[in-house]
Amino acid sequence: MDFAFTDEQRQLQREVRGFLAANYPLDRDWDAPADDRWQELAELGWLGGADLSFVEEAILFEETGYALYPGPFLVAVGFVLPWLGPEEREALAAGTTKWSSEDRGLVPWLGSVDMVVDMDGNAQPARGQELPTVDPTRPLGRLERSNGTPLPGARDVPRARTAIAAEAVGVAQRALELGVDYAKTREQFGKKIGVYQAVSHQLADTYADVELARSLAYWAAWCVAEEDEQAPLAAAAAKAFATEAAVKACERAIQVHGGIGFTWEHPLHRFYKRALWLEGFGRRPAELRATIADALLGVEVTA
Amino acid sequence: MNLRDSPDEAAFRAQVREWLAANLPGEWGPEWSRRLYDAGYAGMTWPTEYGGRGEPYSHQAIQLEEFARHEAPQHMNVIALGMAGPTIMAHGTEEQKARYLQPILAADEIWCQGFSEPDAGSDLAAARTRAERREDVYVVNGQKVWSSFAHIADFCILVTLSDPNAPRYHGLTYLVVDMHSPGVEVRPLRQITGEAEFNEIFFTDVEVPVSNRLGDEGEGWQVAMTTLLHERGTLGFALTAALDVGVGRLLETARERANGDADIRERIAAEWIELQALRYTNYRSLGTYQRTGIPGPEGSAIKLRWSEQNQRLTKLGRELLGPEGILDDGWWHYQQLRSRGNTIEAGSSEVLRNIVAERVLGLPRSR
Repeated sequence: MDFAFTDEQRQLQREVRGFLAANYPLDRDWDAPADDRWQELAELGWLGGADLSFVEEAILFEETGYALYPGPFLVAVGFVLPWLGPEEREALAAGTTKWSSEDRGLVPWLGSVDMVVDMDGNAQPARGQELPTVDPTRPLGRLERSNGTPLPGARDVPRARTAIAAEAVGVAQRALELGVDYAKTREQFGKKIGVYQAVSHQLADTYADVELARSLAYWAAWCVAEEDEQAPLAAAAAKAFATEAAVKACERAIQVHGGIGFTWEHPLHRFYKRALWLEGFGRRPAELRATIADALLGVEVTA
Repeated sequence: MNLRDSPDEAAFRAQVREWLAANLPGEWGPEWSRRLYDAGYAGMTWPTEYGGRGEPYSHQAIQLEEFARHEAPQHMNVIALGMAGPTIMAHGTEEQKARYLQPILAADEIWCQGFSEPDAGSDLAAARTRAERREDVYVVNGQKVWSSFAHIADFCILVTLSDPNAPRYHGLTYLVVDMHSPGVEVRPLRQITGEAEFNEIFFTDVEVPVSNRLGDEGEGWQVAMTTLLHERGTLGFALTAALDVGVGRLLETARERANGDADIRERIAAEWIELQALRYTNYRSLGTYQRTGIPGPEGSAIKLRWSEQNQRLTKLGRELLGPEGILDDGWWHYQQLRSRGNTIEAGSSEVLRNIVAERVLGLPRSR
């Protein structure tokens, strides 16, 4: 039993964080159209080229959440990859085709991808109406259906849920750090506000949430990578817990920041909106817990 | 990252299971503890020269997990295994290590802890139990409280005030006290469950040889911090293992009682998720522990969440039983009441949140 990253995985984590921090700093112009640097991602091997295991891909998702990376990486690699055959994988890895997939009638980034995997596992050109969401960097679209081409693979629900969970861990970690940094510097009543337990204990609770969420996300990532039989339960648990943890982490960070946390100017609301998107997309935490209860207790019998 | 047992771990797990199959049922006490020692399940990570087995922490974790799954009693010398022993190994002289460690493992000598006082609970540095140096003894006077096992203990790890004029944190001295010395009086304290698990200890002119001191005079605070770090560090697996039993019982009860209630089903799933989260957080911290031999500060977060979960879980167990939930049915009744102590003992939740805020997050000190 060894629940630690290898030296190579830690190195990957540092490189990914460095790349994202350089290109997507906290003081970026958030309202300007964002460049997703898709070709660079392809060159880094993130789009399938580097043959990463899912544990390593989970590291990428955590970091894209931490940096609030704006492109459709989560869907292309987290959701779509298992459907694709060798040719489609090659085009994805090279960065030439951008993919998304349909989930419960909604397609993330419909307007900015080339191809979509529909509910039946067919490839379709990305056409249809895009709708704004709670997270302005993550629109959803309703697909205009045409006769698609069947794809060789299948939907991998645990993989998709774990990818979302890992991204949520990154968002939660960043919100925690923003809250902690502010509590260390902001002064009121002649003291740093982190001295007051009404402030510091909220952040301590966030820390516990984030650590627990991270443990679940890594556990689920390992199960997915190893095709362990616990993958469906682990992924459902990770998605439910980590996305709720991210929402709470952002809400507490906003509270700790006081008025400035409520402004458009401060980046916290961007993280909050990402967290809300992650929590709501696919299955919500309550639905996932109901699924887990079915597995633990047997399917509900209504008298 | 590999969450499966390695071949060596799998073999060890099989060995533990085999031993349990041959030895259960067992009754908590000295005889059972001695059998654990003979089987090599006491002080598993301790060095072999002190009677331990020098095994990796992962084996200790497996032993705790398997014992909990089989609801097997643990070794009775919990204060010594989790706190006194590691403190003696860190701060004791060679003579002290040779004298105390092996009898701890064999349960020949039982230990208790004398830290809290009526006026010094979470604020340990305010301890007032006096130790006055008189040639080669300290004369101890004062009162300790919430001391588990004191009524059966042979030794006590005691935090005393040796220099009332020293600045805070610098006047404390850490002693090992023979509980059979003249002047030691133990009175049981009856708790919320009705049982008397812990005690008050009164010290009246108790003479403690200077050779029983751990660390230097005036350095008791640092020694006590070692004790507390280990208290929470080694506790994680035992706590989570106990929670495993609780969640198992909850599922059992729920299968019989609450199949149709969506709200209750969701709450049960939430407890199962939290248990997995704690379990894998333990595994993550095991890596650090394995490398450094010192538990990381994340142990505080694990204890915090464990205690809160045990309170929710045991309440939910009673709730599942409907109106019968108020019956004194034995298990849930006892566990629910006992769980109220979980957020107070071994570092209250308020203190643990301070520790996380200050030592993990680096926030300014609140006092």
